[in-house]
Amino acid sequence: MAVSEQPKGDLSARSNAAVEARGLERRYGEGETAVDALRGIDLTVRSGELVAIMGPSGSGKSTLMHILAGLDKPTSGTVEVAGTEITGLDDAKLTRLRREHIGFVFQFFNLLPMLDAEENVTLPLSIAGEKPDRAWLDSLLEQMGLSDRRRHRPSELSGGQQQRVAIARSLVTRPTILFADEPTGNLDSKTGGEILELMRASTDAYGQTTVMVTHEARAASIADRILFLEDGLIVKELHGASQQDVLAVMNSLGT
Amino acid sequence: MISVALRGMMRRKLRTVLTAIAIVLGVALITGTYVLTDSIKGAFGGIFSQVYRGTDATVTGKSAFTLSGQSNQNAPPFAESLLPKVRSLPDVADAVGGVGGIAHLILGGTVVHFGGAPNLGFSVDPKRPELNSLTLVRGDWPGPDQIVIDQATGHKKHLSVGQTIGVQANGPTLQMKISGFVHFGGAASLGGATLSGFDLPTAQRLFQRIGKLDQIRAKAKAGVTPAKLAAEIRAILPPLTQVRTGQAQAKSDARGTESFLNFLQDFLLAFGGIALFVGSFVIANSLSITITQRTRELATLRTLGATRRQVRRSIVIEGLAIGALASVVGIGVGLGLGVGLFKLFDLVGFTLPNNGLVLHTRTIVVALVVGILVTVLASLRPAVRATRVPPIAAVREGSDLPPGRFAKFRPVGSALLTAVGFALLIYGLFAHGLGTKGILLSMGVGTLLIFIGVALLAARFARPLAWILGSPAARFGGAAGALARDNARRNPQRTASTASALMIGLALVTLVAVIAAGITKSFRGAVNDLWVSGYAITAQNNFDPIPIAAGNAAAKTPGVQAIANVRGGDAQILGGVHQATAVGPGGSQIFNMKWLDGGSNAVFTKLGAHGAFIDDGFAKSHHLTIGSPLILTAPTGKSVDLHVVGIFKPPTGGSPFGPVTISDQAWDKIYDTPMNIYSFVRMKGGETVADKAALEHQLKAFPNAKVQTKQQFIDNQISGLNAILNVLFVLLALSVVVSLFGIVNTLVLTVFERTREIGMLRAIGMTRWQTGMMILGESVITALMGGVIGIVLGLVLGGLLAVRIDFIVFALPWKQVIVFAIAAVIVGIVAAIFPARRAGKLNVLEALQYE
Repeated sequence: MAVSEQPKGDLSARSNAAVEARGLERRYGEGETAVDALRGIDLTVRSGELVAIMGPSGSGKSTLMHILAGLDKPTSGTVEVAGTEITGLDDAKLTRLRREHIGFVFQFFNLLPMLDAEENVTLPLSIAGEKPDRAWLDSLLEQMGLSDRRRHRPSELSGGQQQRVAIARSLVTRPTILFADEPTGNLDSKTGGEILELMRASTDAYGQTTVMVTHEARAASIADRILFLEDGLIVKELHGASQQDVLAVMNSLGT
Repeated sequence: MISVALRGMMRRKLRTVLTAIAIVLGVALITGTYVLTDSIKGAFGGIFSQVYRGTDATVTGKSAFTLSGQSNQNAPPFAESLLPKVRSLPDVADAVGGVGGIAHLILGGTVVHFGGAPNLGFSVDPKRPELNSLTLVRGDWPGPDQIVIDQATGHKKHLSVGQTIGVQANGPTLQMKISGFVHFGGAASLGGATLSGFDLPTAQRLFQRIGKLDQIRAKAKAGVTPAKLAAEIRAILPPLTQVRTGQAQAKSDARGTESFLNFLQDFLLAFGGIALFVGSFVIANSLSITITQRTRELATLRTLGATRRQVRRSIVIEGLAIGALASVVGIGVGLGLGVGLFKLFDLVGFTLPNNGLVLHTRTIVVALVVGILVTVLASLRPAVRATRVPPIAAVREGSDLPPGRFAKFRPVGSALLTAVGFALLIYGLFAHGLGTKGILLSMGVGTLLIFIGVALLAARFARPLAWILGSPAARFGGAAGALARDNARRNPQRTASTASALMIGLALVTLVAVIAAGITKSFRGAVNDLWVSGYAITAQNNFDPIPIAAGNAAAKTPGVQAIANVRGGDAQILGGVHQATAVGPGGSQIFNMKWLDGGSNAVFTKLGAHGAFIDDGFAKSHHLTIGSPLILTAPTGKSVDLHVVGIFKPPTGGSPFGPVTISDQAWDKIYDTPMNIYSFVRMKGGETVADKAALEHQLKAFPNAKVQTKQQFIDNQISGLNAILNVLFVLLALSVVVSLFGIVNTLVLTVFERTREIGMLRAIGMTRWQTGMMILGESVITALMGGVIGIVLGLVLGGLLAVRIDFIVFALPWKQVIVFAIAAVIVGIVAAIFPARRAGKLNVLEALQYE
């Protein structure tokens, strides 16, 4: 495969961190009913790294991802994506950031039903008013095993195929960082396995930095690094862990 | 992004179609109006140029002043002696003189007429057919005491050459033999008008124009231009005559129909505008609902890097596309509507001249621009709403739209909007010195703001109102009824917006009903105040003038104690043109007038040759008192010196008298061929069957004269109003239909949105029937909400108008109000049929799994 371009983004200034978070706190509501979803999180995601965020429901893992991706704002703390501090950005600047640096993969795929597979994949480009690079697109679709599904609508695709389209869509802009929110949460275990392999492969093949939120041990086990959250704090970190290692930590955390 | 917007729209076909219908109907009415009026205009233009095809110049009478156009008054005739003078001019090849006017055909004692179309008669010159208005198609031109009739009437009444028919114009009925059948210009029919032609001496007798002419048509010698001919004729013209080229005369003749058609056009366009206004509510509402349902899709677009502006634009583009689509379809439907209207008019005997449908570029441009503009404007608010969808909604279940920056000002803002609307309306109604345009603009914009303001406010009281209106459903409808009420209350904004579209239609319908009831009540009051009892004689159509001979004949009926003939027409008085009237001394025994300044009914007998009585308004505005002098000039140029002998205060509902009334004898001296508008008769014994029969017997020679009791007179005079009222109701019904589609649309979208919930209800035992009843209940509650708010608003607006307008008193048309409320319920039921069926047909299993 000829393609192995590095993700874009001005990383020269800061070692090679794609995302850097410092002292993140997030409080929902006020007064007695207030909930502290994040209670002080420091985190660095290095370029080319696949990081999994795990934790029981209510641990704050989704909130963390939303804040890292600029979808939500922290009560205090800072987040830098591709060297830009994003917590103070307005909507227009955040939009621009998403266009250039961020890709998303969702639990429910979030494909546009009226567009076919290829159109869904190239949608971020057409939103940005750019033309797709045909060679890149072809290899991406090939990689995702969608070459013969280009003209199919989402309703004509299986769940696994839909998620492949979504992954291709997230990769087409070669984002600095890709956020995956429970990417296998809505798939059967066999299809989920295939999707995980694809995500691992894309990290390896394209050096794609990825942050994945999941509660599945198997999903987490493909990561280079796994962060365990509990009550809004990172309580454990594993490197290159196996599924058994993950399960052991999960059990110890009482998930 | 554009293709995303357009393809999303294509995917939601049903919703797009339902939304588009709201605009299609308005655009169709606009297109249909233009097509109809343009076609008729074109046809009339063609007819008149055909009529004058052989004529190079015409001479006609000219009024001493510009006529108001509100009476049956025509320019005065001129002396026949002008004809030989014109003929002897060097460049005149030939010339004919003619007279014309209203001529009723009488078959079996009754007047032949079709719809409200006029009955016209002309003189023709059998020796100079190229200078005739009529074209002979069968038989011969008429000799003395003979008549030619238009072929359409001939066909419809199965007339044949040689048959005898009665004709009545300005005198008693004459019997004539039909010599042939004709067209008017090239047209077989002139909107159901009956046309008749006579030789000149016969016509002069009929129209009481002995020794006089209404028109001369001249043909130029070869090589002489019409302009030169006209100039030559102009040099010998006596006063109160004018010359025009044939073409100019054709245009001038067409102008009368044209100004009516222009009015008809504006009138119909206004209703197209109202339908579009209602349609804009429907569009705004359904776009708004879809945006709620597309939250995740829009949020996904945002996470993929779409800016707020792109999201906003995609909604506006969707609006643009719906608008364009609807407008194009609307133009097609409008063409069909034009054809349909021609057929409809034909069916009721009012055959309009039709030389093919005329579709001007202007029609297409206006229809497209208006249709698209309204849709795009309506999409602006939903588009702004869509930009508030946060990207995070892509990953969250059921996240609500955050309120906009101005949300907290909304109640105050909408109340303010309503207040400004009322202020503008009241300013338009009561401020002095506004021109007609200023008044209409101020009132129109005011009403528009009121509607928008109330529609926005309605969301505030939608919950309590739905609770009250839904209580019968909740009480007697079981679980389905209770759920229906809860559903109607759960999204008050949506329920209120849906109801608002219907509100507008019902407010306008109620407003019209209030005004009509007010006019009727005040008219009835006026007749009862002014006139104790007896008989009135009018034309069969209630407004054409009737020959004086008819009044004179009626006066000779045994048992008549008094008769008051009222004549009327344009007059120039103190520099202005007014509708003056004349009455005889008999008025003193007929009318019950409210005289000011110590006057009494003796005024009627004191009018004489130089007396006049005036109404208090005229006295005030012209600073006149008893004894003040004034001069009244008739269109003939003749005038009479007058002094005021009485001042009266007309009742709210008006009186048969104009601002200035003189004696009938003075009137007849200065007006040409005077005629009566009404005759009021008082008979011994009041109103009896025998008296009426006696009057009718006496009027046998005047089939166009109608004898009526007071009650019949009131009903007949109001019947015109009722006809107008029905037309208004039909036209406003269109906007009600638009709002009906709005309800259908909301319900379909709601059912779609609640698929899973309905599946759950079905799973726990709700029957199809109950599901349907639940939707029906919600629909009826919504419709009733629109109905109630609309009716109340209509009553308020009507009340305001009644306060302002002199001849209207406030009257509550409670019967109609009840009918309107029932109509709202029916709208609700009809609107629910399709969505309720859809809800009932949902597959329980699939619905439960629906995501």
